[in-house]
Amino acid sequence: MVNTLPALVIIVPLLAALVVAAAGFINKRACFPIAVGALSVSFLGAAALLVRVVNTGVAIEYRFAGWAAPMGIVYVIDHLSALVLVVITAVALVNLVSSKQTIDREFKDKEGAFLSLYVLFTAGLIGMTATGDAFNLYVLLEIASLSGYALIGLGKTRAPLATLNYLFLGTIGATFYLLGVGYLYIATGSLNMADLAAILPGMQNSGIVLFAFIIMLSGLFVKMALFPVHGWLPGAYSQSSSAAAGLIAPLTTKVTVYIMVRICLNLFSVDYTFHHLNAGDILVWVAIATIVFGSLSALAQTDYKKMLTYIIIAEVGYMVGGFFLGNRMGMSGAILHIVNDAVMTLCLFMAAGIFLWKTGTEERGDLKGLFGSMPFTMAGFVLAGLSIIGVPPTCGFFSKWYLVSGGIAAGQYAFVAALIFSSLINAVLFFRLFEISYFEPFADHHHGSDKSAGHGGAGAVIREAPMAMLVPFLFVSIMLLVLGIYSGRIVTNIIHFAIPAGVI
Amino acid sequence: MDFLTVLISRANYWAYIILMMIGLYAMIAKNNLVKKIVGMSIFQTAVILFYVSIGAKQGATIPILLHGHAPETGGNLAHAATGHGTAAVQAVNYINPLPHVLMLTAIVVGVATLGVALALAIKVYKEYGTLEENEINQRLRRG
Amino acid sequence: MKLIGKLTIFLCGTLLIVFANKFPDFGDPHSPAATHLSPYFIEHTMADTSVPNIVTSVLADYRGYDTMFETTVILAAGLACFFLLRLPEEEEKEIYFRHVPTGVTIRIEECGAAPEDSEVFQRIDSQWVPCDIIIRSTSRLLIPFIQIFALYVVAHGHHSPGGGFQGGVVLGAAVILFAISHNLRTTVAKIGEKSAAIMSAAGVFIYAGTGALCLVLGESFLNYGALAPILGTDRVMARSHGILIVEIGVALAVMSVMIWIYYNLSSAGKQDEGL
Repeated sequence: MVNTLPALVIIVPLLAALVVAAAGFINKRACFPIAVGALSVSFLGAAALLVRVVNTGVAIEYRFAGWAAPMGIVYVIDHLSALVLVVITAVALVNLVSSKQTIDREFKDKEGAFLSLYVLFTAGLIGMTATGDAFNLYVLLEIASLSGYALIGLGKTRAPLATLNYLFLGTIGATFYLLGVGYLYIATGSLNMADLAAILPGMQNSGIVLFAFIIMLSGLFVKMALFPVHGWLPGAYSQSSSAAAGLIAPLTTKVTVYIMVRICLNLFSVDYTFHHLNAGDILVWVAIATIVFGSLSALAQTDYKKMLTYIIIAEVGYMVGGFFLGNRMGMSGAILHIVNDAVMTLCLFMAAGIFLWKTGTEERGDLKGLFGSMPFTMAGFVLAGLSIIGVPPTCGFFSKWYLVSGGIAAGQYAFVAALIFSSLINAVLFFRLFEISYFEPFADHHHGSDKSAGHGGAGAVIREAPMAMLVPFLFVSIMLLVLGIYSGRIVTNIIHFAIPAGVI
Repeated sequence: MDFLTVLISRANYWAYIILMMIGLYAMIAKNNLVKKIVGMSIFQTAVILFYVSIGAKQGATIPILLHGHAPETGGNLAHAATGHGTAAVQAVNYINPLPHVLMLTAIVVGVATLGVALALAIKVYKEYGTLEENEINQRLRRG
Repeated sequence: MKLIGKLTIFLCGTLLIVFANKFPDFGDPHSPAATHLSPYFIEHTMADTSVPNIVTSVLADYRGYDTMFETTVILAAGLACFFLLRLPEEEEKEIYFRHVPTGVTIRIEECGAAPEDSEVFQRIDSQWVPCDIIIRSTSRLLIPFIQIFALYVVAHGHHSPGGGFQGGVVLGAAVILFAISHNLRTTVAKIGEKSAAIMSAAGVFIYAGTGALCLVLGESFLNYGALAPILGTDRVMARSHGILIVEIGVALAVMSVMIWIYYNLSSAGKQDEGL
């Protein structure tokens, strides 16, 4: 049973997606429980894998169709992929549970298709994380992308246009990755990552391998929306429906960053990436540009969902920059930030979903008086905001701490400065939101304008979001604290083993 | 190696690069969304051409074993007679099947992407009544 | 935009051309691609799977896991087109009828008062063209042959170029030909959207379910050898039969997804009139 877990983690959601797709045309009520059940099984499986990998310290290999590594396709679950698997399944599950009502309201008669695509998207990400085959990764990347386009495409009025742009850039990114795999294949004749990692050190001076490295990474940079090629992200995410945004915004960029980490560390090796090519310096500067650009653009937005999308871009810069610092501190920070940022972004987008559900708009000004009417939601929102800013003891502080220490150790003071600058901007952004939602009704009072119902102040009626949305949201915001408290353990027990021993 | 030999012996790579650049240019610079989608298709096809051309081998035939074993010539007959028909199969005689398999996947992915792109284009057309990007942008600016 | 486009093309093109200089020549039998992994497939396909078409054996067995997701990609595209485009059916604003004896076209705005589609009153598309007897009869004649050829392509994938994807596309094309030569409503009446959707999910389910069955029987996912006791053959032949089973699933899925996508794309989600 334990040996088949790596297969079950992805097969159960896949089979469930097929059943849900058919059930959408037969019995719509069955769809939601099946989807939740499948994602729960997947989450439990991922958690069991993580426990097993941490306890034994050995990577688990699963051979599909019974063929050994270079011939067939294998899944490799090591510390890094097990950690990311748990994050993916947990985020997908929690967001699905919380968005039952939104799905029913926004996608009437199409719940089956929505849920099926939702589960397929999750399955694609799980597969991308677990796979040990460079080409299989491309296929799963396309599954995740295609279902992602569909999920985003049915949103607000501008969604189709924004999604079409995303599709063009996403296809360029995926095709570049595929081309890189082709270059590696032409140079080595293999597609398996472990096999490639064994062959590549012997041909470090090959131009083909260099170009494969360049083009694979550029493809992934497009997919993760790094600075010059970020254009698709804000439009696509801010136009999507809240159920889809809560799934896609926290996961897509982080999983792509994970793929980048995996390719640089396990496919091309640390030696090639950092010593032979010395790719770190340039890419840290690209990351700095991303952070500064993302933060400044976020400052210019009045629509808070759009503001969140620019924060996501800045956070991508944190992770890429931290990883390419090339020391253990920086890489630990980057990997820890994959986990933390997924949870923080989920929390913020769930909050955005609740606000949209309650107020009907996404303008910053319409948050007025929410502290009065929704005290629990706002408590969670404040926690998420503090975490994005990086206030201890929330988890955002700890990953930033590792990133800053890594930056100082590597002597990249510009990166440290960009991190601090971005934190300050985040503070400005979120305190402005807190101010609007806490104080604005009082301002009304001074001007003597009419007292509408649902206004803050002593007599305000508490009208919280529905329990099905509120409970998962509060759970996620408490997770921000829990992750913060346990981040030391996560680093020493899991991330420490995920980074090759050669990195100091 | 002089220029002409390089040009001819690697014609497959030049062909794929030219196709790929045509597709990429259409995706970046064209104004019409359907032309962009066509460009995307060309772009993906270029990679398919690249992969399939990797599989080629001089003097080899298609990767299907006739009657389950190698053509019966001279030395191979002995193996075939002993019942080990498969032992006679020489990899040199058959082109590389792996790129073909991979590209079957890539073709399917290309078709799927094309379908979704066209569906989105239909939605855009319904929304704005045009597929020209500059006209859509004008309409967006006017509110 | 044009300038950026040209610059990008120039940069990418130069890079690609520079690095392509390092490639092995076209058709070089000593290139790594031809010597590292692929000889194993060519030399062992008969012993391992008993399938002479090496592409089929690699596609559905050695890398069968990839192919399962490839089929899933197709299903995802079908679902995506449905999800993005499909409109609720009652949004029909106006329909057109033709009074056959007089040749008068009637436009009806209140659909509740519409007459039945009969010999006298014929439901037509908004842009009506007289029905072409030659096209209709020819395609009626052709379709059965196309379908039989498609079944041959599916079943003969073990020994000749072909297999589930190719056969499935041809099967789907036969139905689409019917839809183009007649009209979309007739086709939807014969193969409804619901059955197309359920068949496409079922096709992928045959593939993934076969894999899961192997898992249940105690071997790794998609290891068709585990099916030997059920199929009553030895392990090598069981692989060959397993490949046939999944190819049938692929053909079913591809056919129905092609039809499903055509329904939604050609009518922009209304499914009342197509091309």
